[in-house]
Amino acid sequence: MRALTWQGRHDVRVETVPDPEIVNPRDAILKITSTAICGSDLHLYDHYIPTLRAGDVLGHEFMGEVVEVGAKSTLKKGQRVVVPFTISCGNCFFCTKQQYSACDNSNPAETSDASDLLMGHPMGGAFGYAHLTGGYAGGQAEYVRVPYSDVGPIVVPNHLADEEVLFLSDILPTGWQAAVNADIEPGDTVAVWGCGPVGLFAIQSALILGAERVIAIDHYPTRLALAKKLGAEVFNYEDVNVREALDEMTGGIGPDAVIDCVGMESHGMSVDNLVDTVKAHLFLGTERPHALRQAILACRKGGRVSIPGVYGGFADKFPLGQMMEKGLTVKQGQTHVQKFTRPLLAMIEEGKLDTTFLISHRASLEDAAEMYRHWHDEQNDYTKIVLKPEMAKGTVEKVLEEPVAA
Amino acid sequence: MANDPKASPRAAIALGAAAAVAGAASLFFRRSSKERYTIESDAPNWTKDSAGDGERPVVGTSVLIARPKQELYDVWSRFERFPEFMENVESVSVEGDVSSWQITAPAGQEVKLKNRITRRVPGEEISWQSEPDSDIINAGKVRFSDAPAGRGTYVSLVLSYEPPAGAIGRGIAKLLQREPAIQARRDLRRFKQLMETGEVTTNASPSGRASDSPTEPRI
Ligand SMILES: [Zn+2]
Ligand SMILES: [Zn+2]
Repeated sequence: MRALTWQGRHDVRVETVPDPEIVNPRDAILKITSTAICGSDLHLYDHYIPTLRAGDVLGHEFMGEVVEVGAKSTLKKGQRVVVPFTISCGNCFFCTKQQYSACDNSNPAETSDASDLLMGHPMGGAFGYAHLTGGYAGGQAEYVRVPYSDVGPIVVPNHLADEEVLFLSDILPTGWQAAVNADIEPGDTVAVWGCGPVGLFAIQSALILGAERVIAIDHYPTRLALAKKLGAEVFNYEDVNVREALDEMTGGIGPDAVIDCVGMESHGMSVDNLVDTVKAHLFLGTERPHALRQAILACRKGGRVSIPGVYGGFADKFPLGQMMEKGLTVKQGQTHVQKFTRPLLAMIEEGKLDTTFLISHRASLEDAAEMYRHWHDEQNDYTKIVLKPEMAKGTVEKVLEEPVAA
Repeated sequence: MANDPKASPRAAIALGAAAAVAGAASLFFRRSSKERYTIESDAPNWTKDSAGDGERPVVGTSVLIARPKQELYDVWSRFERFPEFMENVESVSVEGDVSSWQITAPAGQEVKLKNRITRRVPGEEISWQSEPDSDIINAGKVRFSDAPAGRGTYVSLVLSYEPPAGAIGRGIAKLLQREPAIQARRDLRRFKQLMETGEVTTNASPSGRASDSPTEPRI
């Protein structure tokens, strides 16, 4: 089959690799119909995540048709399913507590030592995300093996198009969990750093969950325009003093909850951020937590900090004292996708959630390497890319009307 | 004094709590002959910073398994099933209390263990010790104890062993990641996977590396 493989920093290639096979009774094999490139794929592309190996198949946002099932899979051939990026067994202590992304069994015994050492406990398994999370092949491919297929995949009705449900795999539940973790109360103002796909879904979710106001912060005009369309107040952090602006917009109180949807790919230009950037490139520290620092300082006293962004390890200059003095509650973590897929699918069917507004490009899987370059270098014009194995090489469809000039 | 009935209810609670702490402490603080207090540690002895008796290395590892202890004991009692979750164990044959283990060792060597069960506490513990003609001198114990309600069972595996060729043998084993501590931890994780999910988790899947097979684990 054809698959997008990681070869090194800023080097991904579509290659022919063996087809996946059923190995365990609870496995299923999918024929991929749609797969997306995620902001967190850039962490792999930039090689900020350790334990990647040349030849790894990437991709953790995918859906497709069931073409083969193991003896204990509950799926049936021909079903259309969306697959959570986190692999969860459904049986362990964590899964039974619905803390699916903390699954204790989905990271194989051979690969769980690394994260055990790095994080204090082994991380759960995930698709296409280095060997730290299990070394599973991802779904930017024609086919994928899905372990524990009776727990993760959600069957989607035929009247919903791929692109309406595809993001149930990661960014939609990730944005939703980010808003849930902000513990929104009536009358709240929620500030969201980063209007990438997760940020945009967090904005939409915060408004649905009852936020009075959402203030969105980014520097890409197209992404800010998408946030505004959703109903957020927006500003460009390059034009204003962020903390002053947030204070002035909230009568000096500050936002009740802050959500950092920037994670490691923080682009803020300031001295401390430049130091972080240098360190990240030298692998001295893997974090660039500038946006998070700013969010913590901006958050009102007694407010909530929600962090869905991907942070890989230890952060320097973390404002622990400020968090204590202000009495902030912090909630963060990988998304417990399986907890949210069903209610979110119901909301998509009821038309309560718009899940397609952020897609800017549709392209062939064969052109995935080029799409990674665009995704990395042209973040104003490329707001979300969906890859389709069935599209002919060289065909790129622009979905979003005119992007806003940067 | 903690039971002073004249104290106010709130004070009684506070005093009761203090007494409970003092009472618990008295269990752990023993007055030695030199009038100094020593604390009896509740941590497993394999977590001590200093090695035990300095003779055989002891490794220990514990996991929580969300199954009842009798069920886990029953599966573990059938040594023939060890190859299902023990990576380097090729086969185990059992005759009464004596089991013969065929193990793949570094550099493709075949190692044979011969172990005798020395103690069985049904549903709770199995201990074994090697026979004199075993290739590796070892002793081990697996314990099953109830975890807090609803969480299943704590399973602890403790091994003590004499490496094949002294310290050098251990060094080689470590180099090849066959070091017993790592092996024991991984084997116990696989046992947990098998008992909780019904299968041993594997990342077997395609890659762009010619050496990888989509049906074999990718390390
Ligand atoms: Zn993603
Ligand atoms: Zn689990």
